[in-house]
Amino acid sequence: MAQPNRLPGGQIDRSRTLSFTFDGRSYQGHPGDTLASALLANGVRLMGRSFKYHRPRGVLSSGSEEPNALVELRSGARREPNTRATTAELFDGLMANSQNRWPSLKFDAMAINDRFSTFLTAGFYYKTFMWPAAFWEKIYEPIIRKAAGLGSLSLQEDPDSYDKGFLHCDLLVVGAGPAGLAAALTAARAGAQVILAEEDFVFGGRLNAESYEIGEGSALDWVSQTMAELQALPNVRCMARTTIIGAFDHGIHGAVERVSDHLATPDAGKPRQILWRIYAKRTLLCAGAIERPIAFENNDRPGIMLAGSMRAYANRWAATPAQKVAVFTNNDDGHRTALDLIAKGVQVAAVIDTRPDAPRLADCELIPGAKVIDTSGRLGLNFIQLRLADGSERTIECGALGVSGGWNPNVHMTCHQRGRPVWNDQIAAFVPGGDGPAGLSVAGAANGDFSTAAALAMGSKQAIQALQELSIDAPAIALPRAEDTPVNLQAFWHVGEGKGRAWLDQQNDVTVKDVKLAHQENFRSVEHLKRYTTLGMATDQGKTSNMGGLAIMAELAGKSIPQVGTTIFRPPYTPVAMGTLGGRSRGGDFHPTRKTPSHIWAAEQGAVFVEVGNWLRAQWFPQQGETHWRQSVDREVRATRGSVGICDVTTLGKIDVQGADAADFLNRVYANAFAKLPVGKTRYGLMLREDGIAMDDGTTARLAEDHFVMTTTTANAVTVYRHMEFVHQCLCPDMDVQLISTTEAWAQYAVAGPNSRALLQKIVDPAFDISNEAFPFMGCAEITVCGGLRARLFRISFSGELAFEIAVPTRYGDALIRALMQAGEEFDVVPYGTEALGVMRIEKGHAAGNELNGTTTALNLGMGRMVSKKKDCIGNTLSERAGLNPVDALALVGFKPLSSTDKVTAGGHLITAGDAVDAAHDQGYVTSACYSPILNSSIGIGFLKNGSARLGETLLLTSPLTGLDVQVQVVSAHFVDPEGDRLRD
Amino acid sequence: MLINHPLLGPRDAQEFTYLGDASLINRPDWQAEDAQEQFHDYLYLRDNPAGLHRELWFHETGDRSWLVVTRDTTTHEITKVELARDVARSLGRSK
Repeated sequence: MAQPNRLPGGQIDRSRTLSFTFDGRSYQGHPGDTLASALLANGVRLMGRSFKYHRPRGVLSSGSEEPNALVELRSGARREPNTRATTAELFDGLMANSQNRWPSLKFDAMAINDRFSTFLTAGFYYKTFMWPAAFWEKIYEPIIRKAAGLGSLSLQEDPDSYDKGFLHCDLLVVGAGPAGLAAALTAARAGAQVILAEEDFVFGGRLNAESYEIGEGSALDWVSQTMAELQALPNVRCMARTTIIGAFDHGIHGAVERVSDHLATPDAGKPRQILWRIYAKRTLLCAGAIERPIAFENNDRPGIMLAGSMRAYANRWAATPAQKVAVFTNNDDGHRTALDLIAKGVQVAAVIDTRPDAPRLADCELIPGAKVIDTSGRLGLNFIQLRLADGSERTIECGALGVSGGWNPNVHMTCHQRGRPVWNDQIAAFVPGGDGPAGLSVAGAANGDFSTAAALAMGSKQAIQALQELSIDAPAIALPRAEDTPVNLQAFWHVGEGKGRAWLDQQNDVTVKDVKLAHQENFRSVEHLKRYTTLGMATDQGKTSNMGGLAIMAELAGKSIPQVGTTIFRPPYTPVAMGTLGGRSRGGDFHPTRKTPSHIWAAEQGAVFVEVGNWLRAQWFPQQGETHWRQSVDREVRATRGSVGICDVTTLGKIDVQGADAADFLNRVYANAFAKLPVGKTRYGLMLREDGIAMDDGTTARLAEDHFVMTTTTANAVTVYRHMEFVHQCLCPDMDVQLISTTEAWAQYAVAGPNSRALLQKIVDPAFDISNEAFPFMGCAEITVCGGLRARLFRISFSGELAFEIAVPTRYGDALIRALMQAGEEFDVVPYGTEALGVMRIEKGHAAGNELNGTTTALNLGMGRMVSKKKDCIGNTLSERAGLNPVDALALVGFKPLSSTDKVTAGGHLITAGDAVDAAHDQGYVTSACYSPILNSSIGIGFLKNGSARLGETLLLTSPLTGLDVQVQVVSAHFVDPEGDRLRD
Repeated sequence: MLINHPLLGPRDAQEFTYLGDASLINRPDWQAEDAQEQFHDYLYLRDNPAGLHRELWFHETGDRSWLVVTRDTTTHEITKVELARDVARSLGRSK
């Protein structure tokens, strides 16, 4: 019979029938169902296997606090593990599978763990798997790794997209139950900007689960009317399926909106989920309360659930877990379940109440002063065993048991900034302690006010208070009558008798015995209890189990519950998918891509690009017939040194420095002198960190008395600019100097080689003389090119050839590269990329990022004398400390392999032949290496102790980890044109 | 976190980069007798208060001003935000 456990009524749409499968079997349900409610309606109680013992489990709750019914939803690339069946909205064609069992849910071979439970108690892994030691890596760990975890990933790329959004409001109302709705209504009518966030897919909170009246009609009617008013107002944003995951600093909240999870696939162009950043001036937490169970032997069988959830299934989802049920409670509220299920035609065998003076509230048998001491029915509850008030035993047949130990205010968010809840004896529960995040207040059940009337009143009142703090006047609103039942409860946490195990944390399989073991082994503080037993550490954060564990520890320790204290809850409130946190920053969009002005042209040439930070730079330009990158790079180097080559160097940082004190300012940030640099000249500059370590280098050109243009390395463009602004604003605020980053304002190309001047003379306008006499090495000038386009020309050389760098405003960069290449045709000009750039600078012994590695000094770089002693600059004082100036300081030198078939490799360390290869005998290391097509040899540069005095020496270059072992000779780092004649041609 | 920029109003902390203790403004005199020791202390010795902390933030993706922010390290409450150049001048820094 289809849906044998369906009941009348409920908020499901019976006009439409949905088909779904669970573990391969087909079932039917209706819109409005969750996977859990539909399974129950179909008579399915067994939904999963527990983490450690693989015990058969059913659903415990009807909300996001669910510990047991975790399934794999969907198939293929969209398959998602560990989905709570209680919050998965049913859609047509839904496919779900149970987890953590093999071969099937009914016959799980791993249930053998349950037989060895004595050996698998809390912390067993601290006491086992230690011998023999060798077994850990090869045997124990792989087995444990395979057995651990619950669901499994699809291992396919996530086909969905996720967005991020930003929202601002005066009042963020968390939860749309009676308290939240009253608050939102009050604030909305006052004209405040309101966001109402509700985790569920319907608004109304607990009102959807109960059979209350509000005012003259049903509670649900009141919810509908209220929502209609709120949704029509322009100053209110109602967000269903939206969980506020965390309260962060200064009113900033994270929220996850499940835009498409309830659809088979997202609508075209829609994200699956959105991560919202909500800036709230005030927040009102109306998150309700979560019921807690009572622990007793074998309290984890499928069919045993929270009493409030049992009636939620009946009232909202028109489903019952069994045709005959019972209730076990320590308070009046549990009796509501009996009342509501009887009203729907379900047989209630009895209400078992621990209180001897329990009131009779439902029309069924009441067994006061009694406890459930055991249950039977491995794959689904069939009998419960009671200890009656007079000491005798009794067995009752039932397929489901609703358990109520009372309700815990949902204080989660009040703890996100280390607030701790306080104990309230009246309701035997923790309530917010008042030390929650600034700007957060709490109303309704979340604050310990459980009745609907109190929730309405306090929700409205707190909203008025919150808005008053924002100087918004919110008048009181008329609130309808509602039930105002007092809490009538007698604290009862666990049934003491029974040899078997009583469960607390059902997801992590933590039992009362484990708490006793923790106490016995002296892990008695609440923080140790949690971590030693893993109670409360699963995906449900112990929402239905923390309280029980605390209470038992209190009993064992002879303390009151408040004396034991609580652990605190941390964001996220419920698990968040990594995809949602990542948003659109995936794959190629992980970070922005910065392209140089010549990128389009370079792509046309078939350049191979390399990522340099966010930049794409041409690495080499393969030509027809070239099959290996060395062919391209060797050719580019030879062609540039032989005639002329062009390289896009736009990415290097450019900082424009202007002002009357610009020269003095440069003197302050550079180690070497700059104040007297003549106008029209460029100079190499070395920048130190305040601790004396080399930070960055570049060249700075003086275009006018008060105008300099500085370059930095590509990687440090941002950090150097930041540093310079720090020096100006924090150290020399009265210096008349302005700084602007102009990296992206100017396209800049290096034109290098013996024919570089001849090439440039074809595009530099005739008014400007760039002959060797008029424009010598290290000159700079503002010029025009191509018939009037303003440009800047610098005669600087990284390659060591006769070379220039020419800059034009970026928007002309593409046109310029094409003009340069055309002008260079007669000289067989080649474009060259970062590899050839690197080869040439290594051939010249020029330091770059590898050499400025955060541990090297000016002295190491051979620039010790450049650090001026005549002026103050960042880093000069500590550059003189003894530790940085040892007698055998590292010095930058070159290396060549003794054998022509060997390679110099960066990262290798230098050892004198015969010495042990260890740190004590380490002489230095190679920082950069390449093949030099000019010398037909592998070469490298690096740091060697007292290197300048050791030219000609043979050393071992070694890297034990990678098997590098070659003999090298120490040589000058200036391999090509060591006198620098070409520079001055 | 929100930083209440003295000129621009509240901005998300994501627009800033953090440097460290505002004591970095008090750079020692390079010509002092014990300059080495002073610079060592300036760079490496820090109070680590559980409470109010004055620290330097740079509005990197905003107006590029350096700010001195007074923030409680235990609650993250920010009680004061000043332009670093004003603080530097008040501490006697000039050229």
